[in-house]
Amino acid sequence: MTDNPQSYRADGDGTGVGTGDGAGAGDGAGAGAGNTVAAAAVHAPAHEPPLWRVRHFFHRHPEAVPLFVLLCSLAGFGLALGGKFFSPFALTLILQQVAVVGIVGAAQTLVILTAGIDLSVGAVMVLSSVVMGQFTFRYGLPPAAAVACGFAVGALCGAVNGFLVARVRLPPFIVTLGMWQIVLATNFLYSANETIRSQDIAAQASLLQFFGGKAQLGGAVFTYGVIAMVALVAGLQYALTRTAWGRHVYAVGDDPQAAQLAGVSARRVLFSVYILAGLICALAGWVLIGRIGSVSPTAGQFANIESITAVVIGGVSLFGGRGSIAGMLFGALIVGVFSLGLRLLGADPQWTYLLIGLLIILAIAADQWIRALAR
Amino acid sequence: MNATVDSVAPVDAAGSVDSTVALMSARGLRKRYGNVTALDDADFELRRGEILAVIGDNGAGKSTLIKILSGAEQPDDGEMQLDGAPARFDSPAAAHAAGVETVYQNLALSPALSIADNLFLGREIRRRGLAGKWLRMLDHREMERQARRKLSDLGLLTIQNIRQTVETLSGGQRQGVAVARATAFGGRIIIMDEPTAALGVKESRRVLRLIRDIKSHGLSVVLVSHNMPHVFEVADRIHIHRLGRRLCVIRPGDYSMDNAVAFMTGAKPAPS
Repeated sequence: MTDNPQSYRADGDGTGVGTGDGAGAGDGAGAGAGNTVAAAAVHAPAHEPPLWRVRHFFHRHPEAVPLFVLLCSLAGFGLALGGKFFSPFALTLILQQVAVVGIVGAAQTLVILTAGIDLSVGAVMVLSSVVMGQFTFRYGLPPAAAVACGFAVGALCGAVNGFLVARVRLPPFIVTLGMWQIVLATNFLYSANETIRSQDIAAQASLLQFFGGKAQLGGAVFTYGVIAMVALVAGLQYALTRTAWGRHVYAVGDDPQAAQLAGVSARRVLFSVYILAGLICALAGWVLIGRIGSVSPTAGQFANIESITAVVIGGVSLFGGRGSIAGMLFGALIVGVFSLGLRLLGADPQWTYLLIGLLIILAIAADQWIRALAR
Repeated sequence: MNATVDSVAPVDAAGSVDSTVALMSARGLRKRYGNVTALDDADFELRRGEILAVIGDNGAGKSTLIKILSGAEQPDDGEMQLDGAPARFDSPAAAHAAGVETVYQNLALSPALSIADNLFLGREIRRRGLAGKWLRMLDHREMERQARRKLSDLGLLTIQNIRQTVETLSGGQRQGVAVARATAFGGRIIIMDEPTAALGVKESRRVLRLIRDIKSHGLSVVLVSHNMPHVFEVADRIHIHRLGRRLCVIRPGDYSMDNAVAFMTGAKPAPS
């Protein structure tokens, strides 16, 4: 009881929780507080082998790996194909082709960051787009109201997922596996398997095709869908890194009990994530109409698998709590670059799947290696 | 940050503040999990400015008692008082708001988040002005500044780059972060569940000194531990828990460790 905090500071390095870094010359008893922080920060990695530092770098910047792979694949296909690939038109075409997957992938990233998975994203997207179309054409609602209804349906699906995961505590994989079937079946039953033709939409409800609109910059073509994807990813990147909600998403994915004991309501965070994911899927449904022109209940069949692929290649850990939404975007772009590049090379499209499959396994292996740092 | 630490008069070793006043108490706590009765009419009393150790055999209900006191679980029956007024904690956040902070045995840290993020988890500081109000932007710089100051108050600064993730820290360092979090927000009562169980000898010494240091700042500590030498070294009083209830409270000077263990295991009847 005669001790005071000052005395701890002085002898802290001698007896206490040291870094194991005996060579930390600046850590002596007399060193000022500011110095010791700097010393610890600078010294610790300096004594570690280079591989450890690489690992640490990736650990802290989970989007660096997919960014590196993206740049390499761009360079590779650029060398192989030259101007045919490295043109503003071709490069922005890749963006257009990944816009829908990128948006669904954003929803998927949120869920996976909480250590969940959402298999229903594609079905929710399609149902939302069908609702937007059918509410306009079957019930004669103004397109804006129909779009709002589409978002409401997306949010509702997300809320059901969120309720079952957060409140009833069912495993996300099973919940969303069930919701995938339910939503997809609802989609076919409700739409009566009927497609709304592109010409009709353009003539009567062009708002539904809004995201197919284009902004041209020289040869580069940016659809509004691409712009929406980039804006969404930027907005979510901000929310995840700069707001308390974002920190809580990571904390809940990392260790839900710990987050709960620290005073975070894990239930509320999970619920908000699934609802937001549903809303983002509805946005993807709207963008999907812009991309294909028509409203089709059979569109986007593989969006759930493609979104998980983008997330995994993007370095987001399936175990939750690690990764970034920007990484997911890089992951989606890698898939886009491979698809277009191989097609321009005239290769069998199966090569794309084969290479993407390899990338997925490599990405998971890299994730394990980086995560092993934790123990 | 440590407003409470500053505002509460430090208590010297003799305990000049009236230390017989109950700061937190509970009566008749009951908690059942299915067929298992974890707490059966348990009482509890923590006095102002003391270190109260809670000991008991495995399965005696210590953990359940701690969970209820810290708001992680709610009792089926029984009442709690804080400062003489009835209190009920529906969540850990409610306990935090009442000044009751807990360092859990597993520390309840998020390994992938930084030290600063962990310290402020659930109590983040937002920027002033529009960025904070409308964009809900966090003030990372301020949180890091406060985290650094708190760790230096506890003598833990030497180790940490405040942005380092918690998983890169040693067990003792993590313990330090958890303790810093418990004391950083003006808590008056710090509950520590087995703080030395996972630590080596040196790190244990350090935690014991931290506990005394917390007390010297006028805070009250509940120390749950299996380690009799540690308990007898720092505790003012020892609450012995047996079969879901408080068996007795002893002073470490009055009984030997062997006696305490005998009471705890039922080998000897409790003193009246």
